[in-house]
Amino acid sequence: MIAPFNNAESVGNSATAIADREIAIACRGIVKDFGDGNTKVRALHGIDVDVFSSELTLLVGPSGCGKTTLISIIAGLLNPTAGDLDLFGMKQSQLRGPKLVDFRAQSVGFVFQQYNLLPALNATENVAIPLLIQGWKRPAALKAALSALEAVDLGSRAEQRPNQLSGGQQQRVAIARALVHQPRLLVCDEPTAALDAVSGQRVMELLKKVAVQPGRAVIVVTHDDRVFGYGDRIISMADGRIESVENRENELNSAGKREES
Amino acid sequence: MNWVAWKMLTGDRAKYLGTVFGVAFGVLLISQQTSIFVGLMRRTAHAAIDVRDAQVWVMDPYQQNADEIKPLSETDLNRVRGVEGVEWAVRYFKSLARAKIETGSFRQVFLIGLDDHSLIGAPVKMLDGSLANLRRPDAIIVDKSGYEYLWGKEPIRLGRTLEMNDRRAVLVGICEATAPFQTFPIIYTRYSQAVQFVAGERKVMSFVLAHPQQGVTPKDLSTRIAERTNLMTKTRTEFIWFIVGYYMRSTGIPVNFGITIALGFIVGTAIAGQTFYLFTLENLKQFGALKAMGLSDRRLTLMVLLQATVVGLIGYGLGIGMTALFFEATSNVTALAGFYLPWQVAAGAAVAVGLIIVLASFLSLRKVLLLEPAIVFRG
Repeated sequence: MIAPFNNAESVGNSATAIADREIAIACRGIVKDFGDGNTKVRALHGIDVDVFSSELTLLVGPSGCGKTTLISIIAGLLNPTAGDLDLFGMKQSQLRGPKLVDFRAQSVGFVFQQYNLLPALNATENVAIPLLIQGWKRPAALKAALSALEAVDLGSRAEQRPNQLSGGQQQRVAIARALVHQPRLLVCDEPTAALDAVSGQRVMELLKKVAVQPGRAVIVVTHDDRVFGYGDRIISMADGRIESVENRENELNSAGKREES
Repeated sequence: MNWVAWKMLTGDRAKYLGTVFGVAFGVLLISQQTSIFVGLMRRTAHAAIDVRDAQVWVMDPYQQNADEIKPLSETDLNRVRGVEGVEWAVRYFKSLARAKIETGSFRQVFLIGLDDHSLIGAPVKMLDGSLANLRRPDAIIVDKSGYEYLWGKEPIRLGRTLEMNDRRAVLVGICEATAPFQTFPIIYTRYSQAVQFVAGERKVMSFVLAHPQQGVTPKDLSTRIAERTNLMTKTRTEFIWFIVGYYMRSTGIPVNFGITIALGFIVGTAIAGQTFYLFTLENLKQFGALKAMGLSDRRLTLMVLLQATVVGLIGYGLGIGMTALFFEATSNVTALAGFYLPWQVAAGAAVAVGLIIVLASFLSLRKVLLLEPAIVFRG
């Protein structure tokens, strides 16, 4: 099941092995350095990897291996030092300044480890933020936000502020916020790290159920091996390099597909 | 997103009130201390401020202020009257005297002697009694604060007497007057009587008050009189600033008060600026999350500026309101009579708080705009 990932062959292999899948994000030779001169640290050493639409991709590895740096680049929060990045057919290098900001606003949803909900806003208002950023009128944004909250089973908590919600509930609000504007890419950074086992499982089930949609790529950064079973694909990193890529036809996927058929 | 900025600002009530009151206390410090300084300086020029019916003051050429006076001669009055463009010119007496009341207690007083015929320089507002009664024998009018200095909290009773230079004076009225720098009562009487209330000198006329004919400006008249008589002349406004200037140059008040105001300004600035700066800093992670979600720098800037404007306006309103309330609450305190919030100080405080908020916003914005949105991925 687990096939060693070979950077040199990955591009060619992806074309054949994944012929029936749509590449959402293609990283080619991504390098990222931090600092200058003697203090320069290379966080990523020429990453070649693809992320597919309609899949949940897990990015795993020990702390400091470069997972967060890689998703920051993929999500348009950091610029790579070198390398090419294709985002849904667009060159990332062409997305600079306002275009990159627009790309994030339109096409990316974020789920953070610490939720990053605005404490002054209630659940609905927090979920409405991406729509407000896109320029929606407040009543319409709040209405859509309420629907998104209902989709994550939190319709009854719509008026609650973050400090009135449990960690798991806050993360579900964050998921609703990340999905309310129907992004093509969902980036989740350690979404279960601050949660107990049950809440963590629930969040992953939710991601699997509502986030993975046709045309949308979902990347989850985690080092929580209890959630590995939810991934369609697991990319392992170590020391700023891709260590392995595992394509899984896991039980959850199979079960889901059986239900669909 | 303005709505989100508003909610971020007001959502945490304690933080919001802390920020607004930080600015408010900054404004209070700046405006209250400056108002008291302005009030003190105003007190030094009380005599010139209260004479509203004469536009030109004539005095000895070496005079330095309104209290150290070398009297003029009667000839000087006639010379002034002879200058072309003078509508009228009258005597004005101002001196310190000692007033002894019925109980034997006494106080130093400012004695003002008004021209017997015209009463030019008389108080503008009478609180009790009538200005016309000043023409009665031995009549005096005392300012309200002066009455309290002389007779304490006793109810106002016209007809009571006091002694100056062993001569009897009868109280015929209570007036409103600008409080003097020294907390002395101000006693108004006729010129002919005033000279009796102080120990005799050969020359007694402190000032000549002159007024220009129609078509002649006070400044022109002042220049003409100075040229013809070799006396020092000042228009009313010039005389006020002349006195204030003397106290600014020759006393420690401006330095000491200047330090107090500067400290008030620095502390006020620090409180107002720092509280808003810290407010933005505490929200940095939230701004980072918004930035990651695709909020543009322009929109973020507008959000911070909106928050700054709201904090500035409400803080200023509360601060200036507290200052006004302070002066309103102390308006009946005799020792604080005459202190108020001048509109110029209110306007200056508005400019100051505006600058402070702009500076704090600029510093906060710098942090926000330089913020790496990837910060949101750091736990």
